Amino acid sequence: MKIAVCIKRVPDMDVRFKIAAIGNAVDEAGLKFDMNDFDSWAVEAALQIKDRDAATEVVIVSLGTDAVQETIRKALAMGADRGVELKTDHIPFDGLAIARALAAELKDGGYDLVLFGKQSADSSNGVVGAMVGELLGLPLVTAISKLEISGQKGSAKREIEGGQEFVEFPLPAVLTIDQGLNIARYPALKGIMAAKKKPLEVKPAQLGAQTVTVTQMELPPERAPGRIIGEGVAAVPELVRLLQTEAKVL
Amino acid sequence: MTTCVSSTPGAGNGSVAVSFGMPTNPLDLCDIDSFLSEEERAVRDSVRAFVDDRVLPIIGDAYVEGRFPKELIAGMAELGVLGANLPEQYGCAGLNNVAYGLIMQELERGDSGIRSFASVQGALVMYPIFAFGSDEQKSRLLPSMAKAETIGCFGLTEPDYGSNPAGMITRAREQADGSWIINGAKMWITNGSTAHVAIIWAKTEDGDADGHSIRGFVVPTSTPGFSAKNQKGKLSLRASDTSELSLQDVHVPADALLPRSGGLKSPLMCLTQARYGIAWGAIGAAMYCFEEALSYAGNRVMFGRAIGGFQLQQARLAEMVTEIAKGRLLALHLGRLKDAGRLTPQQVSLAKRNNVNVACDIAREARRLLGGNGILTEYGAMRHMENLESVYTYEGTHDIHTLIIGQAVTGLSAFE
Repeated sequence: MKIAVCIKRVPDMDVRFKIAAIGNAVDEAGLKFDMNDFDSWAVEAALQIKDRDAATEVVIVSLGTDAVQETIRKALAMGADRGVELKTDHIPFDGLAIARALAAELKDGGYDLVLFGKQSADSSNGVVGAMVGELLGLPLVTAISKLEISGQKGSAKREIEGGQEFVEFPLPAVLTIDQGLNIARYPALKGIMAAKKKPLEVKPAQLGAQTVTVTQMELPPERAPGRIIGEGVAAVPELVRLLQTEAKVL
Repeated sequence: MTTCVSSTPGAGNGSVAVSFGMPTNPLDLCDIDSFLSEEERAVRDSVRAFVDDRVLPIIGDAYVEGRFPKELIAGMAELGVLGANLPEQYGCAGLNNVAYGLIMQELERGDSGIRSFASVQGALVMYPIFAFGSDEQKSRLLPSMAKAETIGCFGLTEPDYGSNPAGMITRAREQADGSWIINGAKMWITNGSTAHVAIIWAKTEDGDADGHSIRGFVVPTSTPGFSAKNQKGKLSLRASDTSELSLQDVHVPADALLPRSGGLKSPLMCLTQARYGIAWGAIGAAMYCFEEALSYAGNRVMFGRAIGGFQLQQARLAEMVTEIAKGRLLALHLGRLKDAGRLTPQQVSLAKRNNVNVACDIAREARRLLGGNGILTEYGAMRHMENLESVYTYEGTHDIHTLIIGQAVTGLSAFE
């Protein structure tokens, strides 16, 4: 089996962001970057298939600047076989432009499965995987939390509001991965050493036309500080009054 | 025009860990990370993720229970941290010494006891087998130890001979058939009750006062006459197995001897390896304490504002971050010297002495910054503070390293 996993390098979200001087992007100075969590579960899903069938080839594809090589190598250190960087000087916001570049790379690759994280932590559009499925004309299942492959058929589970959905699909297929499918393995130290010797091809990204752009970014407004109106039972009437008249939630 | 409306619960925003709006990474103000290779950073990040996910959630309880968390051993082995700087032919990761140091830093960021386990297995058991062992011993033991199928301990220190190991009384007597009978007692032995094999250092000649006849033996802990007893009552390194070993007529075959070991220099070479790792590890503990104190200072409100805005707490934090930067640079420099084959034991003494000492101060100041909360196991500072008192004392006490440095610069020994 041949599996492509498309991964994105995203900033560590546990920091306070600053808006860059141009006003429509995050200031990347001092930020730490890593593989998008959903994408790491997609890599893990591919590696678990490879664990069961050693003949499986897992190819990592990532679009971005040369900095994505570090993220691709992390996936290689986890156990993937080779990487492809689709090089561009900046990652566009327009998911369709990205999807076209990925589809151009994937379409003649003979992949049985193309895996994505269901969305990226930074832009949270959640569209690229679905768009690639459309551009490749392949069956698409989004946000799966369980996956089984047998022969040229697959089955998956999706968490939906108030229930679960079980779906079947033929291969080749495009899948996007939700939380809960697995826990990504740590890159073992031997794997980190081995990753240096694995092939990593760099190609120019064939980005499609970009029709959607970010014009402005703003930080969320500061939350107003809380207020203590009293303590114990005596404070309840005042609390209820404020919830009714001021917060208007009752 | 059609409008599609979708209603979903709002995602929580948990991004308030450090709330100062820093222009640069406060945990690496001097950008020391830029001196690390991509591979070295990858090793560091992988071990850090392991410690964050597996060690930090359980370590406080294990510490209070006085229990070494054995459940972490398999994961550490799978990650490849045991003997990580030894060659790949023995199933090890074959990392350089900077990457090895970063592993120790990250493990001790979790707990000194976890780093001690890895230090002992790698630097004090696998290393002497690698350096002084026969090919048979190496191929039999090292791959199994890298996988943690065999756990080791290192028996040098004795109840009455700590800083002066040359005075040890443990004796190995060679028998007519080339086998050995070992008698003696060892104390403060990390992994002692967990280990399958012990590297036992013993004198092989009578009347040896300077330790020239000391040799190393690989002793299976299941050998009759060998017993280990957990040392009770520790107020430090509580998440570590610290044991006394007793050897009564322990009979081992000729091939238990590490053939290339000879004299006190052999165990001291092992200690240099371990102390090198401690110079990194102590800074890891300090980094944890600083990170915790910084986060607390940003979130804890007193007198109507975050305490991080007060000059007294800023002085604490500034001191911590400065000493951590210096300690990291020193450890990194030693790592590069070690990779170049130019590291001396005196340099290791200097770094172990300094980095553990500053880590002790940082842990204590972090605990104080945390106020009353600082005495709880929910926070790591006091656990690190207590652990570091042991680290200050073991692997050459702070005082002994002072004298080693004194001797190195004056040419005069204060020991004799």
